[in-house]
Amino acid sequence: MGVRNVISHSFWICWKDLLEFSRSKLRLAMLVLMPLFMMVMVGFIFPTGNSISNTPIALVNSDTGAMGAAFVTQLKAINNNTHMMNLSSAKDFNDVKNKLQNSEVSGGIIIPENFSSEIHAGHQGVITIVIDQSNPQMSYTIQGVLTKTIEVIGEQTAIFNLSSTYHISIATATSLVTPYTVQSKGIIPGEPNYFQFVAPGIIAMVVMMALMTGLPHAISYEKEIGTLDGMLAAPINRLSIILGKVLAQTVRGMIQGFIILILAVVLFGVVIEGNILLVVFLILLTVFSFVGLGILITSFTENEETATMVMMTLMFPMMFLSGVFFPLQQMPWYMQDLAHFLPLTYATTALRKVMVLGADISAVGTEVLILVGFGVFLLAIAVPMFRRAMSK
Amino acid sequence: MFSGLPGEHRIVTCSSCGMQGKVNIPGIFAQPVSNGHAIELSHLRKVFGDFPAVDDVSFFVKKGEIFGLLGPNGAGKSTIIRMLCTLTRPTGGSAAVAGYDVVKQAGKVRQHIGLVSEKMIMYDQLTARENLKLFGKLYNLPNDVLHKRIDELLSLVRMEKWADHRISTFSTGMKQRINVIRALVNQPEILFLDEPTLGLDPQSTAEIRELTRRINTEQGTTIILTTHIMFEADALCSRIGIIDHGKIVALDTSSNLKKLISGTETSTFEIELLNLKPDMISSVQSLSSVKSVVQEDPTHLFVRTVGNDAFDSIVDSLRKNGAKVRMVKNLEPTLEDVFLHLTGREAREKVSENTTSSSGQRHGPRRRRTQRIR
Repeated sequence: MGVRNVISHSFWICWKDLLEFSRSKLRLAMLVLMPLFMMVMVGFIFPTGNSISNTPIALVNSDTGAMGAAFVTQLKAINNNTHMMNLSSAKDFNDVKNKLQNSEVSGGIIIPENFSSEIHAGHQGVITIVIDQSNPQMSYTIQGVLTKTIEVIGEQTAIFNLSSTYHISIATATSLVTPYTVQSKGIIPGEPNYFQFVAPGIIAMVVMMALMTGLPHAISYEKEIGTLDGMLAAPINRLSIILGKVLAQTVRGMIQGFIILILAVVLFGVVIEGNILLVVFLILLTVFSFVGLGILITSFTENEETATMVMMTLMFPMMFLSGVFFPLQQMPWYMQDLAHFLPLTYATTALRKVMVLGADISAVGTEVLILVGFGVFLLAIAVPMFRRAMSK
Repeated sequence: MFSGLPGEHRIVTCSSCGMQGKVNIPGIFAQPVSNGHAIELSHLRKVFGDFPAVDDVSFFVKKGEIFGLLGPNGAGKSTIIRMLCTLTRPTGGSAAVAGYDVVKQAGKVRQHIGLVSEKMIMYDQLTARENLKLFGKLYNLPNDVLHKRIDELLSLVRMEKWADHRISTFSTGMKQRINVIRALVNQPEILFLDEPTLGLDPQSTAEIRELTRRINTEQGTTIILTTHIMFEADALCSRIGIIDHGKIVALDTSSNLKKLISGTETSTFEIELLNLKPDMISSVQSLSSVKSVVQEDPTHLFVRTVGNDAFDSIVDSLRKNGAKVRMVKNLEPTLEDVFLHLTGREAREKVSENTTSSSGQRHGPRRRRTQRIR
């Protein structure tokens, strides 16, 4: 009877919360817009690997010989295929420097005066790449891409020279110049995709945010406007109140999670490799692991403002430390260690394994156990605290 | 028993005198802990930090009565209500509501009470019916009973037409009507009304008072009402407890409370003069029997006096100054006077003028003092 009452009461409290929520058009709009913004923002803003496209680059050709002109022709031919660069010509280094300072270009390529003569004399021709130190990220990428391009041009020239000098086939010449070649093969079909990487993390994060912001808000708000007294004066278990609220916030979080899932698949070409039911289970488990924290914040904060502040303080480090946006492996070791104390880390890892790599339950067993552990531990502290806070 | 009281006054009641008849030994589970009173407080205390909000309060409320708790803001009325509704845990003492202990048998207490607190317990985005349904469900009412009950309650406050409109579209008066019937979904034996007319316009105030009376007479619900409006307590309550600084300073029927000061030779006269001049006021003021003179408007004076010959001396003095006295009225003491007499301060001192004056109710025969002389 007791359990049945708790379930019935929490259902009605959840019903009330969702009804209230659904009556606000703005909130409904935000329910959809928030995940959309999140995906678009994260997907397009964060650096997506080491490619560049239509980057303005200044090209200086001080060489008067044939080799300089040949290099420029080859560079332009490659660029016509890849559209990496937006080439513009410049007079000399100082001209490139001016253009960099005026942000007209992001880098420069300089072919020196003695380029042809050096090559004819049997030396290497030196090509200078000018980089912008104020933007390290961009500089590294441009430097990498240009170096690679110039090396490819060099190899092609070498292969051609070798083939014509010794009368051997292009294929033989290629194997002589570049004996090794690399081939990448993933364990699932398709190219790696940054959305593929962030989508599971964002789902975990949005579910966390729904609970961490929604729960303290829902309870502190009712405390402040006085409606909580109505529930507290009714003959219902204190647990029903928190359970009803958790249920409502879970539904909200799950809806947002699914919107992200659909957006990721429909708009951003993410392929879900794993079992969708396992994905749902993991999302629910994520909810479970955060419920305690939400209740805990609600219990020891007096009003909504404090609750929001505490929640924000906890949420931001979790968002950035849990490998949602950046791989954990890129962080310094102490940050990696810290990340292992955050449930979101495990939620993200598990979801990523299942969604991207198609792992089954046994592959995420550790994460599942840890998330259950977090949930049980936090609830064991939070529920008694909540009961105490409600009967001051 | 009650501190700070002049000894010559007859002050009635404390909880111990309610203990006549059979005395029940409280059982562990859900056994009523006391005799037949609806509510019984025994040395109840609540301390917030160092501040005693409720300081050793004992009284009882009889079944079926409307009991008034009267006092200024911050006197401890709401804290008492919150303790009786199991929302706040007492620091000391005990209280029984509907026969159940508010701490040990809180669940049982909750089944038998309805609460209308200072803040409205309603969800603005839900309709009136949805609000009632939610609370009905929290009291485990089955659907058929609940629907019938909701219709009855809505017709009680003539709000059937508005049942499916959101609360946010209602006026304050309509909201409060729904708020009151919301507290009645579970047909409580005891209804707590904490400042139910606060901030309402005169018409709504009257409606809520009428509703309170009807709930009490038609359904036999015991009502405990807190207010700082003397008139309200006077009009509705069979017995009134005056509370100040967390203590009950007097408790009796309204008429008995008024007798407290009628014997003290203090009287207040309302005098209407057609040619009121400043020198008349100062001459009245100089009389030894006159304690204070207040000019209400260009023709009316309120004179507070001590002693039996005050009336004669005032009239003599006014005549000497050539005053044309149109009317002299010996005013009945009001609860306000009782309160002033017992606590030395006005009940409404912290309440905004708007709240009380916009209610349009005169809280006694006398009007507000508008201009104080000296």
